[in-house]
Amino acid sequence: MYREPRWRVIARNAFPFVVVVAIWEVLAHAGIFPARLFPPVETVIAAFVRLTVAGILPHHALDTVLRLSGGFMLAAIAGVAVGIAMGRWRLAEDVFLPLVSIGAPIPGLAYAPLFLLWFGLGNLSAVLLVGFVSAFPVIFNTWTGVKAVKEIWVRSAQAMGADNRRLFRHVILPGALPYILTGLRLGLAQAWRILVGVEMLAAVPWGLGWLIFGAREFLNTDVMLAGIAVIAIIGLALEKLAFQRIENFTIIRWGMMT
Amino acid sequence: MTSSPERWRMIGRATVTLLTAAALYEAMAQSGIFPAVLVPTLPKVAHTLLSLFSDGTMLRHAFYTLARVIFGFALAIAVGLPLGILMGRIRAVENFVLPLASALMPIPSLAWVPVFILWFGLGDTVAILIVFYAAMFPMLLNTWTGVRAVNPLWLRAAGAMGADENALFWKVIIPGASPFIITGLRQAFQRSWIAVVGAEMLAASDWGLGWIIFDAKEFLNADVMMASLAVIGGIGYAFERLVFGSLERVTVLRWGMVRAAKS
Repeated sequence: MYREPRWRVIARNAFPFVVVVAIWEVLAHAGIFPARLFPPVETVIAAFVRLTVAGILPHHALDTVLRLSGGFMLAAIAGVAVGIAMGRWRLAEDVFLPLVSIGAPIPGLAYAPLFLLWFGLGNLSAVLLVGFVSAFPVIFNTWTGVKAVKEIWVRSAQAMGADNRRLFRHVILPGALPYILTGLRLGLAQAWRILVGVEMLAAVPWGLGWLIFGAREFLNTDVMLAGIAVIAIIGLALEKLAFQRIENFTIIRWGMMT
Repeated sequence: MTSSPERWRMIGRATVTLLTAAALYEAMAQSGIFPAVLVPTLPKVAHTLLSLFSDGTMLRHAFYTLARVIFGFALAIAVGLPLGILMGRIRAVENFVLPLASALMPIPSLAWVPVFILWFGLGDTVAILIVFYAAMFPMLLNTWTGVRAVNPLWLRAAGAMGADENALFWKVIIPGASPFIITGLRQAFQRSWIAVVGAEMLAASDWGLGWIIFDAKEFLNADVMMASLAVIGGIGYAFERLVFGSLERVTVLRWGMVRAAKS
């Protein structure tokens, strides 16, 4: 089969960006919009380099990533635990399903003021809110996954003398894993989408959301766009590195999915 | 179909759970461990909700929010749907748009709020554009996937039976891609519903459900917040179930593209 040479793939993917940057440059230099509000690309790159060298941008990014991991960890642990409980025990299902179904359709950020009121401005609220909101997809998918484990696998494992622990470890967990991973992936995406907004609202001292929002006061559009670029890089990295790797490593190796 | 007794059992259990949760909350609120402004009692929340409805402010807030969502959402459909179809049909469009979309998609729409505020000022434009940004990508990517997922056999069969481009498009490609397009609409709406609340909080504009919640924080009106949360959740749920549920029934279910889930 003919495979496109690597340089052509790169060129093909780079081409649209070149066009967009060119249009941006023309608009920025034409002077139709004030340069403060619509800075040329080189100014944005200069801001990016300056802030990176000064260590400001990495500090903001690090805090955002830490907050994301903190919130997501909470969601992953609590969500998987609740989801498995719901899938295994009737009582847990009856108790949690109505609560989760009511909480889930409310957009995450709508809870933000309530969390700020209860837990104060700052890190605690931000992390708890991100965890709370991203737990919903994890719970739903884990629950579905556990329920979707084939009854016949469970029975045959029991017939072969597996105790509860082995049943859980060797049958239910691997069987539900594709769903759990989907849930974690959706949860992480959800967490990422609201974290930036939460950082703007919760007045955290460091964080990319805060950086962008704060730059507004001083009309530093270049700083904002540099911050958005970092956000895009982190978002892409999350998508490509975090989940595709895990998926390849586990479910494909176990032969759950090809 | 869920059998009737099973269904009643579920409703019964759900009611018991919710009543228990409400009772626990009420006990906590009444006990006075937490300040009453932060943890208002349920009758107080219900009362606030009623009075906000009866003096019309809640309806007006909801109206503004809905108007913003619908504008932004319509804009996203107007751009995302044709562009997605073009991407699925024409290679050059796909090569151009896909890299841009993949780079922009991981940026949460709310990250653009400060930039848009600078560019367009506080107000409706920001909220509408944020909704547009949030709804655009699910719409675009699902349409694109849907068009590409149309069974090539159907295209050839239709071609062999003499369908022209026009008929091919309306009778084969659009119905074939419709399950994906409807999924796209659903996801797009969920995203826009989240985005509009955030945009209203950040780009303060006097009216809107996001704004009323955020504004209530300043005055420690937890009852107003909870009342608005209930309204936001209710509207989101209604859209999901009524609008998209019935859209699915009149299109893909009727065309036999997907089956209703068993049980």
